[in-house]
Amino acid sequence: MIFFFKRAFQDIRTNKFLNTVTIITIFLSILIVSALVLFFLNTNDYMNSWKKGIRIIAYLKPDIVEANLVDIKNKIQGLYGVAEAEFISKEEAMKRLREQMKRQSSLLDGLKENPLPDAFEIRLAGRSSNIENIENMAVQLESLPEIDDVEYGRKWIGRFVKLFDLFRLTGYAMSGIFFMAAVFIVVNTIRLVIYSRREEIEIMRLVGATDRFIKAPFYIEGIIQGALGGIIGLAVLFAAFLYIATNVEYGLSSGLLHVRFFSLRLSGTIILCSMLVGWLGCFISLRQFLKE
Amino acid sequence: MIDKNDKSAIIRMFHVHKNYGSKKALININLDVSKNEFIFITGPSGAGKSTLMKLLYLGEPVSEGQILIDGMNLSRIARKRIPLLRRKLGIIFQDYKLIPTKTVFDNVALVLEAMGKKRRFIRKKVNSVLRMVGMEKRFNALPQSLSGGEQQRIAVARAVVGMPKIILADEPTGSLDPESAGAVFDLLKGFHARGGTLLIATHDQELIRKTGCRAIHLKEGRQVSK
Repeated sequence: MIFFFKRAFQDIRTNKFLNTVTIITIFLSILIVSALVLFFLNTNDYMNSWKKGIRIIAYLKPDIVEANLVDIKNKIQGLYGVAEAEFISKEEAMKRLREQMKRQSSLLDGLKENPLPDAFEIRLAGRSSNIENIENMAVQLESLPEIDDVEYGRKWIGRFVKLFDLFRLTGYAMSGIFFMAAVFIVVNTIRLVIYSRREEIEIMRLVGATDRFIKAPFYIEGIIQGALGGIIGLAVLFAAFLYIATNVEYGLSSGLLHVRFFSLRLSGTIILCSMLVGWLGCFISLRQFLKE
Repeated sequence: MIDKNDKSAIIRMFHVHKNYGSKKALININLDVSKNEFIFITGPSGAGKSTLMKLLYLGEPVSEGQILIDGMNLSRIARKRIPLLRRKLGIIFQDYKLIPTKTVFDNVALVLEAMGKKRRFIRKKVNSVLRMVGMEKRFNALPQSLSGGEQQRIAVARAVVGMPKIILADEPTGSLDPESAGAVFDLLKGFHARGGTLLIATHDQELIRKTGCRAIHLKEGRQVSK
């Protein structure tokens, strides 16, 4: 094995240009695919945080006495998919309305009594924030005798959830297509490189080398090229990420939007995938070449 | 022509044909080569000398007939046993076929590496063979920095380093000046003197006349008596 590693390193040194071309191809492919995945990952996070913001408001009937509130809260929290239910008294609701209306809040001064009802603001668990679950929950809430009305922005949520699902599907599809295109490009580049060394392979066969003897250093080279391409690709992406993240977090959204890079585990997986692509390129090319 | 009682035959060809599409490159070749024989395959260009050589090292498959080399039937040989066949052979080409990116030492060592020999043995053996062909001082040179004669001496070194039973040489002196050709031919005679079997494809009639060895004549793919 050590012998094959030595030969692989020797071959890399000898064929510097061809190896550099392969590493650059892998690096660019990994950079493009990883950038796309990173974009979708962050956008997914952002949309998930929006989703978490979806609230259902259950308005209580006017005759509910305070003593029953704990009981009603327990009933609501007992429903499937409810993460939290917070009581908003009519006074609290009026206070919030005033804050929202800001300068126009003086319009509310003319009211003789508070027309707003007591309510529970219900936050959903992540897994139940699809439109069907939200509708089911609304029906269950409405069936409670203490609840007068339920409001959850039906149309808006429906559109948002559909858009979110479409976006995620597009993300998966595009990442998949780009990954396949990257594999195709890398495999073909390696094929060209191996083709340019066909005379060397042919000579090795003529002097009695087995297929294993010929293939092993190429496989090791492919894995090394894949690792280097992957590491450089991720490093460049990380540098670009740092630059862009600084602008997005502090420039565009004043610290509201937090973007993240790949976890160490995911970075490792990307490098492993890159090594696999390098090996795959050699495997396909050599299999075809040695059959001839 | 075929002496079936000759137990010492190391190469046997029975009714061998080779076709490339409708073109017949070799027609009904029958040949026995004894151990330690020095034999020439001769004929004009296009007669089928190189094709015959290719069939012997399985560079091409036989279209019809059988070839036996040291007990291995080339028509039935499994793909994974082809390297074992080639280790019995040392092959020398007119265009040398040295790997341009490897040094002289590495080109010769490749044969022993492919056989899985130990590093120390390889170093010792390659140095000794390079000394034999007079190229020990150029061990670190790349093939393109050598003359044609020097490259062919390296090719001879590579052919003999694995101690094969047979050497197949296709026009080994064809592109060399007389002095270099003489040096290469002396190396091949040395291999024969040590008990090796030698098959040389050449159209150089002077070479054949000088050695007085058996020659098989080919003309338009057929064996002809001369």
